[in-house]
Amino acid sequence: MSNADYNEISKNGLWTNNVALVQLLGLCPLLAVTGTVINGLGLGVATLLTLVLSNSSVSLIRHWVRPEVRVPVFVLIIASIVTTIELSMNAWFHDLYNVLGIFIPLIVTNCSILARAEAFASKNKVLPSMIDGFMMGLGFTAVLVLLGGMRELVGRGTLLADAHLMFGEVARNWTLVIFDDYTGLLLAILPPGAFIGLGLIIAGKNIIDKRLSKRQAQAVQNTGQEAIA
Amino acid sequence: MMMNKGKQIFVTGLILMLFAIAGAAMVALTYEGTAAQIAENERHAMLRSLNQILPAERYDNELIDDTITLAADERLGHAEQSTAYIARKNNQVVAIIFSVFATDGYSGIIKLLVGINTDGTLAGVRVVSHKETPGLGDAIETKRSDWVLGFNHKSLQDPDSSGWHVKRDGGIFDQFSGATITPRAVVKAVHHSLLYFASHKKDLTGSVSHE
Repeated sequence: MSNADYNEISKNGLWTNNVALVQLLGLCPLLAVTGTVINGLGLGVATLLTLVLSNSSVSLIRHWVRPEVRVPVFVLIIASIVTTIELSMNAWFHDLYNVLGIFIPLIVTNCSILARAEAFASKNKVLPSMIDGFMMGLGFTAVLVLLGGMRELVGRGTLLADAHLMFGEVARNWTLVIFDDYTGLLLAILPPGAFIGLGLIIAGKNIIDKRLSKRQAQAVQNTGQEAIA
Repeated sequence: MMMNKGKQIFVTGLILMLFAIAGAAMVALTYEGTAAQIAENERHAMLRSLNQILPAERYDNELIDDTITLAADERLGHAEQSTAYIARKNNQVVAIIFSVFATDGYSGIIKLLVGINTDGTLAGVRVVSHKETPGLGDAIETKRSDWVLGFNHKSLQDPDSSGWHVKRDGGIFDQFSGATITPRAVVKAVHHSLLYFASHKKDLTGSVSHE
């Protein structure tokens, strides 16, 4: 595979085909846990890990699985991986596990993981599949962190609160208090805040896309005029 | 032709089975590898909350293993058996920490730990888990406010039963702006656990004190 293809995979995962912003998959955990940056990051990394592992294993076995049973086999693989991650988090990131709770096992139901296994990993070699999983996961994580940051900032006036849940005791005082004496905006922390925040992010992405395509069209026009002249 | 089809189904089933075995083996291995650590984490987390109520220097037994099972009791909010932790120093019971469920919160059960000294005063109250509204009802957590520390040293005599309410209901405990139901539920649950302790004091501090 050429480098151009890898660029295409990365661009797809991070932007053009972003799991959360374009495919709108995995909204249940996305909306539920993004109360803070750290919660978003925690679930994002767990999802990313699942995507990389499931994509590589599905790609590895793609020649042996018969098409009739491929979906149950994929589900089996994904469920085993998620359970393994859940147990490991419970063992080594116990406090974060307590915060994210039910949403870790729910990664299994994140359609984007099965979708990537079916649409990409089952048709491609191991390395591209791994990179596809990584980039899709990174795109998802970026949105989780961004949304978590927006809601935490507006809702509580802080950023990176409870960082010690993920990074250990050294991170206990990483919390940035952006607004002193801020009473908080409840709406941002409650579920409606998640919907509004995600809506704003999607709108922002659409505006950027529009500008980009306009500029591209203009560039094409300019070169066209030059050619005539 | 028939044979072929049968063979195909068999092979396909075999593949599915192999993956099921591999998946189960992976989960089983991870479980084996992490079970001890998870149990240790849970123990550690429990001990940490117990120590918030009762500082380690106030007892010298293995608090987390020194438990009794209490029959279901409405006053503790438990429809089934519950566990209480007994703190001793020099083989004398100094305090008992109850697991109490406040069942009439705003959403779901509020799980509390209520520590009561043998003299009937409260050693402390902590919220273990709850689903109250973030930003309103969650002031019962020590992370959000000091409200729950207001129970320290209170007892059935101080205040008397008319005082065991939130201020809006004529009692002495603050409610939160925008949330009365949550603190009301907690005050009631703590009050009821004191009543439970008073009526079972002999059984709890006397007969179980020998090791």
